[in-house]
Amino acid sequence: MNDMRVAEARMQQQTDTKISARGVQVHYGDKHALKDVNVDILDKTVTAFIGPSGCGKSTFLRCINRMNDTIDICRVAGRIALDGEDIYDRRVDPVQLRARVGMVFQKPNPFPKSIYDNVAYGPRIHGLARNRAELDEIVEKSLRGAALWNEVKDRLNDPGTGLSGGQQQRLCIARAVATQPEVLLMDEPCSALDPIATGQIEELIDQLRTEFSLVIVTHSMQQAARVSQKTAFFHLGNLVEYGSTEDIFTNPRDPRTESYISGRIG
Amino acid sequence: MSDASFPTAAKTPRTSLLAADPRTRKRNAAEARFRAYGLAAIAVALVMLVVLLVTIFSGGIGAFRQTYLTIPVTLDAAQLDKKGNRNPEDIKKVLTLTYGKILDKALDAAIADKGIQVAGLSDKDLSGLISKEASADLRDRVLADPGLIGQTIEARVLVNGRVDGYYKGRVSMESAARDANTSPAQLELADALKAQGMLATAWNWSFLTSPDASDQRPEAAGVGVAILGSLYMMLVVLALAVPIGVAAAIYLEEFAPRNRWTDIIEVNISNLAAVPSIVFGILGLAAFINFAGLPQSAPIVGGLVLVLMTLPRIIIPARAALKAVPPSIRDAALGVGASRMQSVFHHVLPLATPGILTGVILGMAQALGETAPLLLIGMVAFVKNFPAAPPEGLFDPASALPVQVYNWTQRADPAFVERASGAIIVLLAFLLCMNLFAIFLRRKFERRW
Amino acid sequence: MPVSWTLLIVLALAGAGYLLTRMRAVAMAGGDTRKLHSRPGHYGWNAALLTALPAILLIAVWRFVQPAAGTALISMVALALAAAGLAFALIRTSPSFRARNAVEGMVKGLLIACASIAIITTAGIVLSMLFETGQFFRQYPWTEFFFGTTWSPKFGGGSQLGMLPLLWGTLYISLIALLVAVPIGLFAAIYMSEYASMRMRGVVKPLIEVLAGIPTIVYGLFAMITVGPLLRDWFSQPLGLGASASSVMTAGLVMGVMLIPFVSSLSDDIINAVPQSLRDGALGLGSTPSETIRKVVLPAALPGIVGAVLLAASRAIGETMIVVLGAGASARMGLNPFEAMTTITVKIVSQLTGDTDFAAPETLVAFALGLTLFTVTLGLNIVALYVVRKYREQYE
Repeated sequence: MNDMRVAEARMQQQTDTKISARGVQVHYGDKHALKDVNVDILDKTVTAFIGPSGCGKSTFLRCINRMNDTIDICRVAGRIALDGEDIYDRRVDPVQLRARVGMVFQKPNPFPKSIYDNVAYGPRIHGLARNRAELDEIVEKSLRGAALWNEVKDRLNDPGTGLSGGQQQRLCIARAVATQPEVLLMDEPCSALDPIATGQIEELIDQLRTEFSLVIVTHSMQQAARVSQKTAFFHLGNLVEYGSTEDIFTNPRDPRTESYISGRIG
Repeated sequence: MSDASFPTAAKTPRTSLLAADPRTRKRNAAEARFRAYGLAAIAVALVMLVVLLVTIFSGGIGAFRQTYLTIPVTLDAAQLDKKGNRNPEDIKKVLTLTYGKILDKALDAAIADKGIQVAGLSDKDLSGLISKEASADLRDRVLADPGLIGQTIEARVLVNGRVDGYYKGRVSMESAARDANTSPAQLELADALKAQGMLATAWNWSFLTSPDASDQRPEAAGVGVAILGSLYMMLVVLALAVPIGVAAAIYLEEFAPRNRWTDIIEVNISNLAAVPSIVFGILGLAAFINFAGLPQSAPIVGGLVLVLMTLPRIIIPARAALKAVPPSIRDAALGVGASRMQSVFHHVLPLATPGILTGVILGMAQALGETAPLLLIGMVAFVKNFPAAPPEGLFDPASALPVQVYNWTQRADPAFVERASGAIIVLLAFLLCMNLFAIFLRRKFERRW
Repeated sequence: MPVSWTLLIVLALAGAGYLLTRMRAVAMAGGDTRKLHSRPGHYGWNAALLTALPAILLIAVWRFVQPAAGTALISMVALALAAAGLAFALIRTSPSFRARNAVEGMVKGLLIACASIAIITTAGIVLSMLFETGQFFRQYPWTEFFFGTTWSPKFGGGSQLGMLPLLWGTLYISLIALLVAVPIGLFAAIYMSEYASMRMRGVVKPLIEVLAGIPTIVYGLFAMITVGPLLRDWFSQPLGLGASASSVMTAGLVMGVMLIPFVSSLSDDIINAVPQSLRDGALGLGSTPSETIRKVVLPAALPGIVGAVLLAASRAIGETMIVVLGAGASARMGLNPFEAMTTITVKIVSQLTGDTDFAAPETLVAFALGLTLFTVTLGLNIVALYVVRKYREQYE
């Protein structure tokens, strides 16, 4: 299993760079939250961001689909490119960007609507379906993709808030997938879930890798090691080390990474 | 789960991020429209506020200026004190009618003295120039100082409301021609007197100090009794609603067990806060006047009605203020052996005081502007005499500022509209002070735990 | 006034009781206050409360029930009660007497009494109106009142007192007011909570709240001297719809302005209670802010907003001064909003002010109207408060 994954990881490294960040600086008011981050995120790969609390990993994640725009005091400098196009260019509409870079949040946040409407929300606002049949198809495929279809197919009109925590989070993943993004950002998607639900989500992430570029922020090093092919370690707003997950966990170059991996900081 | 296939098959071709696709453009236009609706809503609200305040102020500011005539008046002893003994009892027997004649004569003399000629001036125009209130004022002045009799004094007297309105732009020569209460000749006379420096529009303190005046004398009407009546009612509210309200809040927040009875009280209080104010007026009429037999138009009744109305509006914020004090404070007091009562009165209540006070002031401000319930308990009656000092004065008839406004809107003479707006300016000034004080308290003592 | 004198004497006795008992307690402990069960002040307070409370209660009850008769007698009884209370407190004072517990018990009783005043008020409202309404229905058939379509009171008999025209006017004006206030208030609240910068919020929010602090009589005057003539000269007369400055439209528009801050502050609270995570979820999927609001935030907040609208409706129905000055006094059931119509509250005022004869149905009808008004608004409030509370619990 492990060997296979390493082989896969090597194979993935051949693929294109999906997102490239150069000299990214983020300020929250007076606080310098992110200092000069340079990173290339690959397509069809799971990239994990790890690091202690407040290290800037979530901040950076939210920069990738410009969710930081919604915070008044947040300023972002530097260049982040998606397929070579600067997403902070003045001509870029964050709405269009977010359709291509989806996001799943820490706490499951289904809308207080039916399961169907939750998944259909994205396709509806972006006009992805020409008719009801197409929409039904997208919803079903998304729910299948999120490994939720078999559990909810008979109650699509029940409220999404009535599902269990793990199901809710898979619903949120289905909702993000339905928008047909290219990149899927996940901000600690399992931190509010029990171990069984976590296992299901992790399995799902591995499947999603075939279609999307995934970036996952996690507190759990074990999780990073389990699901990701590339890992970036953040510390105090700096991107300390970025490399293949195997290298980071077995052969870290930076002493700070080593301290964190071995549990001395964080 | 490996059979999972993603909806990517139907993937629409991606365009560049740098150019908005048509659908996004459409959505952004909708976004802009939505924002514009929001801004427009705010703009409408603010414009309404401005229009409201501007019309009231521009209409009411005139009440603070009044036109006066200053003429030398000879207080003829033969008319005012026939016995010549300067006995106040005898002087009192002389009625205002006589003083009116004296004033008319003085005006005649002044006009003749200055050589003013106005074509078509009738006697009625002449005597009507001076307010009917002026003779009563002059009589009061003489009664206060009988030594004036026999002297010639400079008297500053009110002129009639139409002439006053002429200088405030309310009355024109054209409207005067159609008006039974004035005439163009009278206005010309006023202009001539003004040219001689005898007639002037000046700051009018008496608007704040004098009582209401009858239908024919808008120029003399003031808000003195109304201010005093409102003040008395606020005293009653302060004396009853504040302690009772705070006590109720303390009980409900600190001591009440969670049971049915407390639930009923709580639901009751939030509902009472939303009961229409006029219903409290009906209660006041039925309970305080018809049942308990308290006098109509008395500040005590108005005050009691406002107390009942204000109570929930004090209890709700007071409870919020008590709730904001963290439980650790209570635990600390209980931990050193204080009783629950001691922990509340020694620690929690002092810490909650600024919040409670803010609620109290805002509740009282609301009570001060309340009109409808007071109409029902007879405060709308015409009151010319000042109430006595409390506590007896609480049972004397009085008016109240908002009711005085209503009262004046019901009079025929348009000069009273100006008075009503003026009274509102006074009312708003009081409310502004109270609100500013509440904001000050909140800013100064606001505390984040 | 003898009653206030009696009160003063009772208070003086209470003060004396405080000092005396306190000294007595200290003396009994031989000057060492540690030997007392409670602090010396508690003994004093025990005496003061025992002296003052029964006497004051007696005077208050007497004043309310039988204000004219027997003032001298009641003063005597009150003073005797006060003296007895003082003596009792003095006798009970001993180092082992649990004065603090006694005082706290009495204070707690006082607090409970204060809290119960809310209940008494409601009971008073209901009872006073029920009683007089009963009188009214003995003289006038209730079917005629509730279903009659003519309102023409005649002092002297033969009145027709049908409530429907008043109810119609009330509802029509309230509807117009809500049509003005709900969109404006809601959009203002949305803009403030979702778009406005901190600085703009800091300026605009207090300004809108000023509208809420303005007494209704001011709005009434505004309707009467500004809005009414304006509507008449620019709309109803040129369009041939009427010649009256007082109209449903005048009162409705002004009442709408009055309700704007009410709707906006309630909606603001409710919109802010929608968790940020829902907004993030929608934005993260590529919604525009307005799509987030329309499709996620508002549907989530809908129950709360419905509650707020119901509360606003109850306000509108019970509003008095604006309709007294702006709507007119003619009871009619028409559709033309530029005609003068009248409301329940206007008629309560007009039937209960001036010379009133509390035996005549023309006066008593006001109580029946009041009871109707109270029942309708109470029903709306209870439903609205329940809805809003349920809504809040959902997100707590």
